[in-house]
Formats: sequence, structure tokens, C-alpha cells
Amino acid sequence: MKLPLSWLKDYVDVDVTPQELQKKLFGCGFEVEELIDIGKDISGVVVGEVIECEPVEGTHLHVCKVDCGEHGVKQICCGADNVAKGIKAPVALVGATVYATGKDHVTVEGVMTIKKGKLRGIESEGMLCSGVEIGVNGDMFDGGDYCGLLLLPSSFKNGADVKPLLGLDDYIFDIGVTANRPDCQSIVGMAREVAAVLGKPFKAPDCTYTAKEKGESVKVSVLAPEICPRYIAHYVKDVKPAPSPLWMRKRLALCGLRSINNLVDITNFVLLEMGQPMHAFDCGKLDGREIVVRRAKDGEEITTLDGKNFKLNKDNLVICDGNKPCALAGVMGGENSEITDGTRELLFESAKFARDSVRKTSRALGQHSDSSAMFEKGISEYTTERAMARALHLIEELGCGTVTDMHVDVKTQYSHDGAKQMTVSLEKINKLLGIEIPCDAAVDILKRLSFGVKVNGNELILDVPPYREDIDGYADIAEELIREYGYEHVTGTFMPSALITNGGYSEEQKSENRLKDNLVAMGLYEISTYSFYSEKDLDMLHFPADADERKFIKIKNPIGEDLSVMRTTLAPSMVNTIVRNLRRGNNDGKLFEIAKLYLPKELPIKSLPEEKNVLCIGTFGGGTFLDIKGILEDVADSLNTKFEYAPAQRPYLHPGICASVSCDGVLLGYVGRLDPAICEELAMERKAFIAELDYDKLMSCAKPFRYTPLSKFPEAVRDLALVANLDVTCGQIESEIYSACKYVTDVKLFDIYVGKQIGEGKKSMAYTVTFTPNDEAFTPERVDGFVKKILGNLKHKLEIELR
Amino acid sequence: MQDKIDQLRKKIAEAIKDVHSSDSLFQIKMKYLGKSGEVSELMKGMRDVPKEKRPEVGMIINALKVWAEEQFGKLDRSIKDKELKKRYAAEAVDVTLPGNTTKKGAYHPNTLVRRELISIFAGMGFTVFEGPEIENDYYNFTALNTPADHPARDMQDTFYIAEDLLLRTQTSAGQIRVMEKCKPPIKILSPGKVYRSDDDATHSPMFSQMEGLVVDKGITLCDLKGMLDEFARKIFGDGVKTRLRPSYFPFTEPSVEVDVSCFECGGKGCRLCKGTGWIEVLGAGMVNRHVLEGCGIDPEEYSGFAFGMGIERIAMLKYGINNMKLLFEGDTRFLRQFKG
Repeated sequence: MKLPLSWLKDYVDVDVTPQELQKKLFGCGFEVEELIDIGKDISGVVVGEVIECEPVEGTHLHVCKVDCGEHGVKQICCGADNVAKGIKAPVALVGATVYATGKDHVTVEGVMTIKKGKLRGIESEGMLCSGVEIGVNGDMFDGGDYCGLLLLPSSFKNGADVKPLLGLDDYIFDIGVTANRPDCQSIVGMAREVAAVLGKPFKAPDCTYTAKEKGESVKVSVLAPEICPRYIAHYVKDVKPAPSPLWMRKRLALCGLRSINNLVDITNFVLLEMGQPMHAFDCGKLDGREIVVRRAKDGEEITTLDGKNFKLNKDNLVICDGNKPCALAGVMGGENSEITDGTRELLFESAKFARDSVRKTSRALGQHSDSSAMFEKGISEYTTERAMARALHLIEELGCGTVTDMHVDVKTQYSHDGAKQMTVSLEKINKLLGIEIPCDAAVDILKRLSFGVKVNGNELILDVPPYREDIDGYADIAEELIREYGYEHVTGTFMPSALITNGGYSEEQKSENRLKDNLVAMGLYEISTYSFYSEKDLDMLHFPADADERKFIKIKNPIGEDLSVMRTTLAPSMVNTIVRNLRRGNNDGKLFEIAKLYLPKELPIKSLPEEKNVLCIGTFGGGTFLDIKGILEDVADSLNTKFEYAPAQRPYLHPGICASVSCDGVLLGYVGRLDPAICEELAMERKAFIAELDYDKLMSCAKPFRYTPLSKFPEAVRDLALVANLDVTCGQIESEIYSACKYVTDVKLFDIYVGKQIGEGKKSMAYTVTFTPNDEAFTPERVDGFVKKILGNLKHKLEIELR
Repeated sequence: MQDKIDQLRKKIAEAIKDVHSSDSLFQIKMKYLGKSGEVSELMKGMRDVPKEKRPEVGMIINALKVWAEEQFGKLDRSIKDKELKKRYAAEAVDVTLPGNTTKKGAYHPNTLVRRELISIFAGMGFTVFEGPEIENDYYNFTALNTPADHPARDMQDTFYIAEDLLLRTQTSAGQIRVMEKCKPPIKILSPGKVYRSDDDATHSPMFSQMEGLVVDKGITLCDLKGMLDEFARKIFGDGVKTRLRPSYFPFTEPSVEVDVSCFECGGKGCRLCKGTGWIEVLGAGMVNRHVLEGCGIDPEEYSGFAFGMGIERIAMLKYGINNMKLLFEGDTRFLRQFKG
């Protein structure tokens, strides 16, 4: 929220610099996000009186003698059309900084320094300024919008610095107010905090008024008390719509609001100052002199002040007259009861609307306002009451209407005035904080924060200010105390009263760390990609319409289509990452990601889905299928197990280079080369290989290792060169060799050859087979016997011959 | 005999004069000192020497043998020495040639930070709990003292997938699950991915948090401060201090924002800390009594604190990463820089 220093000073004496105040506010929980120095670009500008003014022939210029008081009389050349003898205007002396404007004399194009110079050969020592040139507009000073000179009143002393005279010495604190302190979203709310932190009294704004006349009655009924706990209306007659006085326009302008007319400005002024959104109805336009607060009927329509039309439903609260909706409660007034120049009588509304009701309406209709923002944060009924009084006071102060006695205050059964009493133990508070705040210090702080305090032994009996709806228990009081007492009093201790606990990773978490360690040691880079993607990503990888991957969870309010679906496979994210790398000229790499898939138990989703962890590996650039398979074999080895591979099909993998990966018969996932057709569609000029494995199943196939005693007898090793039909797989041969002899402990392919020497349709496969004895050494004859058995089986089952 | 010996001595001396290799030296040595070498033959000739002269002759022959062995030994050492030097020279390697390496991969920066954080807090007795990423509204908001009409819900733009189901906006959701199941003493960390509807240079719709929770008897705000001091020192370096300042979170009271003194400039003010000397790193506070009550923990008996930080934020600060997007792009030029 924006807090102008000049406005703040109405309600508290500020005797520190803006920078010091910024620091103090920061310490007690209000971060000044920006401290705006209104006149920071303007310097060296003083009041000057034109005592001579002669036209320069053949030009639009005048050469003037300007009395700048203590700065002397300056000769200044001036092109403004309203320069004349006897006027007073701002003078930028030589060395002054002012805004440079464009040809239109309105657009600010930067800051310039005034130099001594010549205009058409005439010496000029300074510049007479317009409002724009010194950052003053019509809401800050009358005549500020005129593109000629800014005329100053004759009461201004020649030579005086113009900044304090024009309000350019002001500061605006742009403060981040936390969600628990809606009461501080106003000038008055922050003034209370500033008063507390500076130890100064808070001077409340004047809310007095006199009901001078009797007002014709207006009937108010609240039919939806659950979302409108309080509604106050007050009738003002003989109103005179007119421009607001400068002081009011200026304050609205400092906070970024445009002045409309005195009546509307009063409601905006009260919103800024008190934190209560108000509305003013043209009472003459209310049918039946009646206000009905109710839920809209389905299909009912309203046109708001800004000309937008909305179709409503029963979730929207409306303020109606005897016939029709006249305002979208808490959001914006209706066009049909708008204040206009012809308005002669008005009805002020100050009400409390439930914050979620306003939020829902505002969101559903896409209609936001300063009023709805304030209601969404929450207001107290204390403020609702005070704001009405303040608005009526301002009517009198501005003399723009006659306040009547027609005041209706509907307190529904949901109404509460916010005042409460509570008793807290200072001992308990100190125990929570871990420090000792002395009783008198605590009492002083709470009094400064406008709490009523009585001390009863170690207990404090508190009257909580009615606007402090956030105060709810002793922990809240602890926070009030420590933020004023100072967090620097909190010194570190190390849980002296806590029991010792045994910390660290669980076994599963340790396993995950080990797996990552191994993958990184193998040269893989770990990536992290978004958990959501687009349905188009599934199209990209050719997932058919009926694929399980298409049973996904949709985000109801995604940022965009690209991130709208919770992923059911990691492959698209991996492929996208590879494509991104290739496009950036990273020509090869090995990547992995361990992340979750989100698999709904039913669609549309009603219960928490299964969150399944998956390991995805992607390699690109150089290498072959056997390289990515090698990574999987190393993973298996690190888990002290072995995987089985069999030809398989996946939508996005090359039909001839794709394998299922299993362990002990349990399918873990697939590995293969990214379909070249997809590569072509994605303009990938290099090969890519992808493996996707069910992480939890993978980890559960880890086998604990135990030491196996070393064989006392030497192993026997034989090389076998075999000739097999082309369609026989290496896996088949290996498993035949293993099953033919229980002493085989290792089978390693070391050569594969296809060519003329072998013959059409054949291939040569050469293996090293290791035989490990248990209890006695092998004789060569015995090993020969094993080999004979192996060859016999191979021939019988797979038509394999020894080469 | 003496003549014979003198001749032999001369012959040996002559023979080894021009020897430059161990092999030829060995050949010569064998010729004279081998089993049937000339010196050995002399020894065999002792049979023909009269008995009384044998000791004298024996001594002379022996002296020759000792002399010869000495010569061969000396020469052998010098030849071997030369040969070794030659070998050294021949085998010399340009040690500035690149080494043969197995290219190691790299961990994602988040993993590095996460591991470091966990190891710091594990030492203080914390265990790790990971909750689900898709949560019920109850665990993400209501149980954390943020009912449906609460303005704090606006602080976090939430992705919804059904009326009551959402992508968790904070890992605090998992803490409720822990507190419902376990009774104090509780010291847990819940790291994990969280989601908010935000997407710009400093915000990502997905990011990671690490939440910590302690509930036990007599836990104070000073204990929170003590633990955070320790954390800041370990993660950002000795001498780094923490500063608490008031803030607001629905599930803690009092709530604090925690800044660490700038580890880049030591608090003097620099670009990293935007001239303030302090860097905001996490939010924390004393667990709100409503949260404890909701989980069946008696707030009269127990108190606790909670803290939560963005892992990416810590990573970006620690490693000087200037754009959050880099963390999710998987660019190998980025990733390979994170050794660990």
C-alpha cells in the first residue's frame, strides 16, 4: 500500500527521517518495498517574480528580469505564452535540475541541468518553469497541468525553494503489508503502527458530524446475512457535485487515484484513509427508496460503472433497490445509480461483505477494483462504522451536502464488532520466545499498540483493539511483543529441553543416493524437468489414442496448454531436453532423471492418484544401442543382479531396436533407439536412445550381497567359436550355455562376424566360457566333457555348430 | 703357475675393455668364471700341483677369482647404470599431455543442495519424510490454518486438478501427515517438488522446497534461531550470521523471515545483497497452536518450530546461477559445471 508522508503526518508526529522510519518499520514487520522521493529529480528551483518583461522582436520570446530574492535578479528568456510582468513562477537557477519535456511541452523525456546560455543572442541565466517541468500536475497544484508557466500565488516569498511550497518534499512509502494485517492497508492503520514504533500518540481523524436535518426514510433489508454481516446506510441531501478541493485531489493523486468529483472522491478518500470501501448511490435513482442486499438470481444482469455488463448467479451478492441490482456488492457500483452532475441526494453505503464471497465474484467475473481487493483482505466492522462517520464529516468539511439523521445500521446475527478481552500469561509468552521480556516493557508495548492492559500477577488482562481481528491467542501477543521489543534480543540456543533423536536417511533414500552416484560415475548428467507437459507431447512420441499414457490428470487452471497435463511418462520430457541440447549445438550427452508419474485411479479424478517413480535415461549423439544397454547392465550390477532383455515394441522406439527390460521375470520397462521417423519430425540430426524403468520395481530387485568363499581350485576357461543361424539371439545362446552346465559362472561374447566365410544366413559368435569348480579341481578331460555337453545342447536346440 | 695366472689376468682385463652391454659382459664372465670357465679350469688343475704347494697356489688362484669378480661386478654396475639411463631417456613422457579420464557426469544442482541440507540437519537429529505432490485441499491449506476464505490463499496461486485436489504449493503439507502419525519428539525434513502458478525469471511453476519441523517440550524461538545460525554457517560459510524479522505465515505464530548476512561482501553491501548486506533465504516460525491441535498434539504440552526454504533459491545463491529457468532446461553445458 502507498503511504504519503504528508498524509501520515496528519495522524502522528514523525520526528525521524523517512530513511530512519523505513528501518523502524522493517524491524516491526512492515517492509517498505520502495521509498519514493517525490522531488528527487528537482533541485535549485525557487520562487521568482517577473519585474520586467519585454518581447523580443520577430520571435515569440520575452526577455525578462526576474527577482529571485536572495539569489538576485536574473535575466531570463522565456517562450511561454502566459509570461507577463508581475507574475510569480518557479525559476530554475543555473545548475538546477528539472524535467526535460518534448515538443508538446507535456511528455517528460528525462532530467536536465540548467546552464547559462543564449537564446537568439540574448543571455539567459535560468529558466521559468511549467508545472510538468518540475513534476507538478493539476491535482498537486492548481494550474499544474497548463503547458505555460506555473503561476504561483503572490504570497510566496521571492527566492524561496519551491519544493516545500508545492509538496515536492514529500515521500511515499510503498509498504508490503502481510495478509494477517488487513487493518494496516490504510493511512490510519499504518499511522497507528508508526505511532507505536515511534512511541508517539496516534491522533485519530476527525469523524464528527451533525445531522442537521431530518431525512426521508430509506428501507434497508439484508437477505444474505451470511455474506453481508453488517450494512450501514446514511442519507445525505442537497448534495452539490463539484470538483474536489486541491488538498483532497492531491492526496488521491499521491496514492495514484484520479479525482472524479467531490462526492465520489470522498468515498475513495475514505477507502485510502480508513481502509473501508464505500459506495455512494444517487438516491434519486433508487426505486422505492429501498436497499435490498441479496444473492443475485441466476441469469440476472448488471452493468457496472465502467460500462461492462455481467450475467450473474446466486454466488454473486448484489445491492438492489426496490426493483433491480444497483451494485455488485464490494466490487463496483451499477451504472443505473451512478453519481452524476445532476445528483441531488445520495445514500452512502459502508458495509462488511465476506471476503471469500467478494473474491469468488471478483474472480468469476474477472472484475477487480480497489474495493474488491480490500474486501478480499478483510475489514473489521469497527472500520465500517468509523468510515461512515468520516465520510459524513468530509461532506460537511467540503460543504457539499446536508447530512441528515437518516441512518440505518443493520447488524445481522453474523455481525461482531471485533472487540474482545483476553488473558495471557507473560510467563508462557516468554517460554515460547525463549527470552525474558520484563513485565513493564510488555505493558508499555501493548499500550502503544492500543491494547487495554491490566496486570494481574503474571497475567495480562487485555482489551484487544476492535480492528485487530488477527489477535487470537498468546502466540499472537508474543509476536506483537517481540516485533516491537526487537528480534535482536532473540539469541540462539540449541534445544536444551528436546529429546535426542536419531537422524539421517532411510534405507530407500540411501539406495536412491547410491543409484545416482553410480549413474553420475558412469558419466550421466542428472536433469530435472517439469512434472507437467502438453497432450501434444504424447502425439510427438506417437502414443496411440488408446495408450495408457493418455489416461492423464488435467490441471484445471494451467499456465498454458504446454503445461496442462500431469505426466504419465518421462520420455517426452527427455526427448524435449535432447532436442533442446542438439539445437544449441550440444552434440552428445548422457542424461538421467528420477521423477514421478501421476497415474489416476479413476477419471475424472476423485482421489489421490498413484505417484510412481521412474528412472529415465537418454543418450544422444554418438554410441549405439549397446552403450545405453551397457548403462543398464552397470545399473543391474550395482544392484547385484542381472536384467533380462527381449525384443519388444514401444510407440516411440525403433521397432528393430527396442527391448523390454526385466528382472527375475518382473517387467521393469523398455530401452531402445528413438524412432528415426520421430527424429526426422523433430529435425534431430543425431541418434538418441531412451530407457524408461519403473524405479520402485527396479530398486526392489536389488539383491543383498554376501561373501562367497574364493574357490581353492583354479577356474577353467574355454573359447568357443560358434556358427548360428542369423535369427538366433545372443541371449538364447548364453542361456543355453548356462543351463547346460552348472559350473559355468561367466559367458562373455567377444566376437561376432557375418560374412562369406560363414555362409549365407549364418553368423559366427565367439564366447569365452568360464567354469568354476566347487570342491575339487577340474581335469582337462572333465572340462572337455562340459564343453561337449554344451555343444550338444546348442546343436540340438538352436542348430548351432562349432566353427 | 704364476705366469699362467698373470696371463689370464691380462686376458680378462683385455676382454672386458670394450664391453658395453650386459649380455656380452655375461658371456665373458661365463667364459672365465663359469663352471667350465678358464679360472675354474685352473682350480681343477690343482690336482696336478704338489700337495705342499697347494695352499699357496690355491691362494693365488683365489685372489685372481676375487679380483675377476670384482672387475666384472664393477663393470656390470656401470653398464647397468648406463643402460638404465638410456631406458629412462627412451621412456620419458611429456607429462603435460592430457590424462586418460573416465568422464564423470554431474548431479543436478538441486540434488547437491538437497544432500548438503539433509546432511546438516541429519546431524541435528532430523529424518527425511517425503509426502505426495498431489494433495487434498485439507493437507495443503485447511490443516495449515488456512481455511477457504483466508486471504493467505492468495499468496500462493494454486494449480487445481479437482474440487478438492491440488498440486501442493508447499512441502508443509507433508508435515501434517507426519504429525498425524507420529507423536513428539518430532524432527523431520520434508524436501520435494511444489507447484505455483507463477512463471518468470525468478519464478518457476515447479520448484523444490525443504521444510523442517521440530515439535517437543519447551521448544522456543531462540532454539529456532540457534539452529538456523548453525545451518547458515554450514551452508554459506563460517562467519555468516542470521537475522530474524517479523513476517506472516498462517501456520506459524510468531512468524519470521530469515536473512543471512551477505556471504559475498560480508555485510558491507554489494550487488548480490542489493546493497543491504542481507539476503533473504527462508521463512520460519513457531508452529501455530491450531495446527498442533488439528494433528492431535496438545499445544499446552508441546511447542515447536517450522522453517521452509526454496532449494533452487539456495542453489542459485550458492553457485551464482542468475536464471531459474536454467535449472529445468537440462543444457549439458550448464549441468557439467556441477561437480560434486
